[in-house]
Amino acid sequence: MNRETRLTIPRIFVMIVIAVFAIMMLVPLFWLFCAAFKDKDIFSVAFWSPNASFVNFRKLLRLHPPFYRYLINSFFLASATTMVQLFFSALGGFALAKYKFKGQTIIMIVMLTTMMIPGQVLLAPLFEMISKLGLTDTYLGIIVPGSVSVFGIFLFRQSITQIPDELMQVARIDGCSEFRIFWEIILPLSRPMIGAFCLISYMGSWNSFIWPQIILHNEQRFPLTVALVQMKGVYVNEYGMMMAGTLISIIPVVILFFMLQKEFVSGLTSGAVKG
Amino acid sequence: MIYRDQFPLSMTKNFKNRIWNLQEKYTPYIFLLPFILVFCTFMAYPLAKSIYMSFTCTNGPKSIVWIGLDNFIFLFKDKNFWTAVRNTFVFAAFSVFLQLPCSLGLAILVNKKWLKGKNIFRFSFFAPYLCGTVFVAVLFSVLLVPRFGLVNRALHFITGYGLDLKWLGEASMVMPTLVLITLWLFTGFNMIYFIAALQSVDKGLYEAAEIDGANSFQKFLHVTLPGIKPVAVFVVIMSTIGSLQLFELPYVLLGGPGPNQAGLTIVMYLYQTGFETGNLGYASAIGWVLVVIIMSVSLFQLWLGRSKK
Repeated sequence: MNRETRLTIPRIFVMIVIAVFAIMMLVPLFWLFCAAFKDKDIFSVAFWSPNASFVNFRKLLRLHPPFYRYLINSFFLASATTMVQLFFSALGGFALAKYKFKGQTIIMIVMLTTMMIPGQVLLAPLFEMISKLGLTDTYLGIIVPGSVSVFGIFLFRQSITQIPDELMQVARIDGCSEFRIFWEIILPLSRPMIGAFCLISYMGSWNSFIWPQIILHNEQRFPLTVALVQMKGVYVNEYGMMMAGTLISIIPVVILFFMLQKEFVSGLTSGAVKG
Repeated sequence: MIYRDQFPLSMTKNFKNRIWNLQEKYTPYIFLLPFILVFCTFMAYPLAKSIYMSFTCTNGPKSIVWIGLDNFIFLFKDKNFWTAVRNTFVFAAFSVFLQLPCSLGLAILVNKKWLKGKNIFRFSFFAPYLCGTVFVAVLFSVLLVPRFGLVNRALHFITGYGLDLKWLGEASMVMPTLVLITLWLFTGFNMIYFIAALQSVDKGLYEAAEIDGANSFQKFLHVTLPGIKPVAVFVVIMSTIGSLQLFELPYVLLGGPGPNQAGLTIVMYLYQTGFETGNLGYASAIGWVLVVIIMSVSLFQLWLGRSKK
């Protein structure tokens, strides 16, 4: 065995320390999973209760509106926001990466500056605007202001810059329109970035809380975040039911992560390491 | 394209060509247009509007009164606001200083060649980040229940104390609780950046240092640290910006500012004044103070990161 991969006693000791840390990080999540199936004995010492049952999930179904309504709302809002953001950012990032035109630098500078400005300063004027447009308490009021992602346009600009120009020129000589170049050459080639961006954007809107909390009033339209926070205030002692709801809320993003894991890590760090 | 210019073409073909050339010339503008439109309507315009609004007093959307600098003068004397600023800064300082060494340390350990099961470790450290702040806050509100919650039980089991510790019920405990939960939530996320940075450090430099007889601490100090510095600066700035915007965690955990306003943050105060009291003008003023704070802190960090080179 060579020196770099051999296990020595200190190395095994370090490995145990890492394992302890890892377990500490996972224990709360494991407890959450077990607690979702516990009823009255939720605070019992044993993680997995002998009386484990689906009683909490049944309680969630009996709520008004039933819990799956919030799940559907979150699915819809996050998917719509992600699709719109993806389209706008990829198209804009393509234009910034592969064309030279007047005003390019100004656009870049303006967007870089706005990226440093915290979004909360926009809450008050956006709220006023949305109420004037009559979009409070609608899905549109969440999707439309959420459709800009300056971060996304930068990510796509960076990845599309690396695609060789020759591909585009060959396509042009063959009489391909510029939009078809985007649709049939650029988009398929930037699949890793699309995967990364989808996850980032989906997580962002799935977990978003403050804006939906401000503009939604009707419980029927609440996403999971707003609904759970409201339930936390109402069902103070229904710990089991709350944990079941939290578990359901977390699982979709975890599944998406496993699907897009590879792209996500490379996309996340490409900006930081190269930039 | 050379073909089109060299050979005479019929009128209709000429017209077609002209359109074709137009689409080539204006493509970047057309492609950027949807983005620019949304950007101007929902970012640039509201941003400008919020500057105007910060000089007004609003009671609901109907009554808007210009009051000049009064919002900022009042803000300067506003005790609650200063509490919020102090809490936010304490939180940001402690969480960034704790998170960075932890995530760098984990990254170094997880990056070791001899480590078995790297991917499992990486995933376990990263998993909390996937859960989202609001859901994590709901989870911890149950984990931290005094006497019965898992954290209290574990603490009691290990140290013999702390079974009745009120993590969220005592003013002095609120900040440490928030910092610890944030540590759990974001260490793995920052670790990913550091792993990428460590992997981009030139391997030849380590070999050169070894030939020069450097021990592993010297290698860390003179090869690793300078190599990962750009990423470290980036991570510091990003996590500072994130911590200065703290809102959801205390809002959900404490259901508001908490005991003795120990969990009141700048963004929470903005939310309260703007959307619970209804004074959007004052909220905009708070928002702009936050902008100035974040801008100056990140520029300062950027300057610190550059000057040492």
